[in-house]
Amino acid sequence: MTTVLTPASAWRIAAEVVDPEIPVLTIEDLGVLRDVRMQDESVVVTLTPTYSGCPAMDQMGDDVILALTAEGFADVRVDFSLTPTWTTEWMSESGRQKLEQYGIAPPGPKPASGPIPVQLGVKCPRCGSLRTRSVSQFGSTSCKAHYECLACLEPFDHFKFH
Amino acid sequence: MSAETEPSVTVTDVELDAELTSTGLVASADEAEYALRIGDDSLILAQQLGWWISRAPELEEDLALGNIALDLLGHARNLLHFAGTALGKTEDELAYFRDEHEFRSAWLFEQPNGDFGHTIARGLLTSAFQFELYTQLAESSSPGLAGIAAKSVKEVAYHRDHAVQWTLRLAGGTDESRSRIERALINTWPYLDELFRDDELHERFDAAPRPSALREPVMNVLRQVLAEAELDEPKTSESSGDGRHGHHSTYLGPILAEMQVLARRHPDASW
Ligand SMILES: [Zn+2]
Repeated sequence: MTTVLTPASAWRIAAEVVDPEIPVLTIEDLGVLRDVRMQDESVVVTLTPTYSGCPAMDQMGDDVILALTAEGFADVRVDFSLTPTWTTEWMSESGRQKLEQYGIAPPGPKPASGPIPVQLGVKCPRCGSLRTRSVSQFGSTSCKAHYECLACLEPFDHFKFH
Repeated sequence: MSAETEPSVTVTDVELDAELTSTGLVASADEAEYALRIGDDSLILAQQLGWWISRAPELEEDLALGNIALDLLGHARNLLHFAGTALGKTEDELAYFRDEHEFRSAWLFEQPNGDFGHTIARGLLTSAFQFELYTQLAESSSPGLAGIAAKSVKEVAYHRDHAVQWTLRLAGGTDESRSRIERALINTWPYLDELFRDDELHERFDAAPRPSALREPVMNVLRQVLAEAELDEPKTSESSGDGRHGHHSTYLGPILAEMQVLARRHPDASW
């Protein structure tokens, strides 16, 4: 079967590229895939970074190029755009569900601002209890905080609000 | 979203600013000078925080300080890349091949790590400053600076949380932890003043908040934290630091030497 080389097919191919650090999420689930357009004979894909220093961004860009060239798009360029600023509110509903099944508590709403931090209830992805506590706002990757559940006593990651 | 039918497929609820993609946006000379100042702040602090990885008091802090360093490095890369569009240089050329007098970071950011309390006190001051700075800069008339600031402020909010929580914990912990955070605040407090000094750049460049306009909001936040921690505001004299014009303390040289040695020894090396 040959892929028809249209922007829509390019979007579908790019949309299947996954986050190398959380492989259950595609870049479309994450809201990182912002735009796919044809410019003359080239495909230009625009991604927006999750965290400013996220080392996975370069790989996501490379994976988009590999996926599209494998399907017959000869000339692929990836641009990174900082605006509008990425937010976890762009994460798709199916992305949130996949994240929770994977054992990572999905991002919540914007936390209250103010210099003295307030703890928010985060649901344990393992047992569903809200009796959890933040161990550290910084976890194994930029986007995750480290929590523990006071009900089932298991540690878990929380994809924090951005 | 109509990805199936439209000739050009764009996420529908937000419009992309084509100018702000990785190609195409070129900084003016003043935007570049300003971006170097605040970019160098983050670069120097990121370099210093990296030292803590494997040395922090607990594993969670190895991760926290390492992640904060990574965020700051990302901010520095964005800002140096933007500055480089005016200067005809890449972010790596700016980071690795400028000499000490060409760096524009303020003295607070080059203050040594010291003990953990010292790193926390420095982080409290830097993050309180950067949070207010980026909050205001996100409204800038410069799309390049505003875009970077809007992104950075979300991450700096977590850095500030981290520093505030540890300041409260150390102040409310043992006599030893309280005396250390007290001493660290006294040692770092003199370097605040430099962050709030206007100079000739701000006379002609109005796309960035005036440093003097940041003093009140930053000091308000710091005083709120000190009150919560039941600590007195340090009464110290002001440092005469002038990093914005390339006059640095003796601390910057060794930081740069370590950061730059590999790139200078092996130009164009890659892995
Ligand atoms: Zn649980």
